[in-house]
Amino acid sequence: MTGQTRGSARPNQWLRNLNAKIASIPMILTAVVIFVGGTAWTVLYSFTNSKLLPRLSFVGLDQYERLWAAPRWLVSIENLAIYGFFSLVFSLVIGFVLAALMDQKIRFENTFRTIMLYPFALSFIVTGLVWQWLLNPQYGIQSIVRSLGWTSFNFDPLYNSDIVIYGILIAALWQGTGLVMCLMLAGLRGIDEDIWKAARVDGIPMWKTYVLVIIPMMRGVFITTLVIIASGIVKVYDLVVAQTSGGPGIASEVPAKYVYDYMFQAQNLGQGFAASTMMLVTVAIIIVPWAYLEFGGGRKRA
Amino acid sequence: MLNLVANNSMVTEHEAAPDRITSGPRGPKPRRTLSRRNIVVYGTLIVVALYYLLPLYVMIMTSLKGMPEIRVGNIFAPPVEITFEPWVKAWAQACTGLNCDGLSRGFWNSVRITVPSVIISIAIASINGYALANWRFKGADLFFTILIVGAFIPYQVMIYPIVIVLREMGVYGTLTGLIIVHTIFGMPILTLLFRNYFAGLPEELFKAARVDGAGFWTIYLKIMLPMSLPIFVVAMILQVTGIWNDFLFGVVFTRPEYYPMTVQLNNIVNSVQGVKEYNVNMAATLLTGLVPLTIYFISGRLFVRGIAAGAVKG
Repeated sequence: MTGQTRGSARPNQWLRNLNAKIASIPMILTAVVIFVGGTAWTVLYSFTNSKLLPRLSFVGLDQYERLWAAPRWLVSIENLAIYGFFSLVFSLVIGFVLAALMDQKIRFENTFRTIMLYPFALSFIVTGLVWQWLLNPQYGIQSIVRSLGWTSFNFDPLYNSDIVIYGILIAALWQGTGLVMCLMLAGLRGIDEDIWKAARVDGIPMWKTYVLVIIPMMRGVFITTLVIIASGIVKVYDLVVAQTSGGPGIASEVPAKYVYDYMFQAQNLGQGFAASTMMLVTVAIIIVPWAYLEFGGGRKRA
Repeated sequence: MLNLVANNSMVTEHEAAPDRITSGPRGPKPRRTLSRRNIVVYGTLIVVALYYLLPLYVMIMTSLKGMPEIRVGNIFAPPVEITFEPWVKAWAQACTGLNCDGLSRGFWNSVRITVPSVIISIAIASINGYALANWRFKGADLFFTILIVGAFIPYQVMIYPIVIVLREMGVYGTLTGLIIVHTIFGMPILTLLFRNYFAGLPEELFKAARVDGAGFWTIYLKIMLPMSLPIFVVAMILQVTGIWNDFLFGVVFTRPEYYPMTVQLNNIVNSVQGVKEYNVNMAATLLTGLVPLTIYFISGRLFVRGIAAGAVKG
């Protein structure tokens, strides 16, 4: 208050709008200390050979060389790539198709939406545990199909290291496609009805209108959704811990789990920092081009 | 007008009966309700809905069966004999390591984590958003941009420095520490939410209050707060589900006696020792999912708004 009463006079620039500044201290601390400071700290210490405690003894790129030579890290990266690719493709395709179906002026739209979105309210731990149970080879889907007569039916992704990541993918898609559907539906609702009328007058079939007109018009929604899904993919951790704990063996390890295990279990901080820095780089590769496209060019959004 | 759009497919040939125009804005249903298009649309949606519901159904069924029945039966079959014993056991007796007091401990820990975290994070973020929308100072936008960009940084990058900060403050491993962490990581999305909402309120209101001599806090408490209850509800839904479902922060920043429900659940179900009691596990899983599910089913549309805003949190 003191700041305001002085008006725009010059006495003390710092005291102007003082209350707003005081109120923003938590935000400033979070932004500067945690987000910038913390990130810089981790990147800096990834060049050291810290073990149990962080120590500033630089070893250059040693940790990164070790990281990229570690089989477990390579498996993690491969898993992340497979999981990431398929969950992007499937959640965009399924999400869009569901949204298109929901956009047909159907009845019970709310019921359908409620059903498709409820898994998103559940935690990854709950999701992982349910699917662990459903995919249990002894009692789950495999045993049901076998008991129906198809005795050679094989579906035990969680116990087969070649396909375990797809087992995780199934659970992730169950949890996340509802959200993509909602975002896409919001995008579809934003399309001018006249477009549809024009397409109908011209006699263009519906699927063609979607592919050639609507999807290109929804470019923004697609990109935003893509960024949301992608930044979620890089963080995938809880789901793997709950569903497989990284197993069988190291077959379903992911980078986030690698980081956690090295930081808090293996007492090898340097490795953990290097791995987390690689995660940061991955995210930057996704985010920077998007941010450039979205905010860099025209500065349309404040 | 809407009618034309409603019959999307090739039924435009359909004779336009005059009563169509008078029957309200939603338009009458197409006469052939079993048109091929409808079968495809509803058929697909129903199959998809069943697929989404299946895990919930299996969870409930499994949790109501006894172990002998699970061993011989199939997971989709409803229980022959309904028993609530697994629920009791999951709540009060399930073991994690040496502790055998069930999930109840995790539940109360989660309550003790969630309630203060939600209140504090929303209080701080709403004031931030208000300052950013109405009392912009030099440099405010820079900090805000950092905050939003920071929302995309993987948590793993910032975890260890936070451990150090909390240790220096003497709250590492305690509930207080975890509450601080939730407040920090809830800040980007909540601040964005509140900033946008406050910026959308009519500016005259704010100016009039200023003219009347109201200051920063008075305007916030007497004008902004009462006017923005819906957005507070959205923020609450977002935070309660987000914090309740958190696993990573719980496991990193608390000691075992303060583990939130998700962590304890995972420890119960994935513990290696002992016979696996699938019915107890499913009861425990359902118990943990119950809080966010209840919020979801009660809040309906507001939840959709909340996650649409919070999706960035991913």
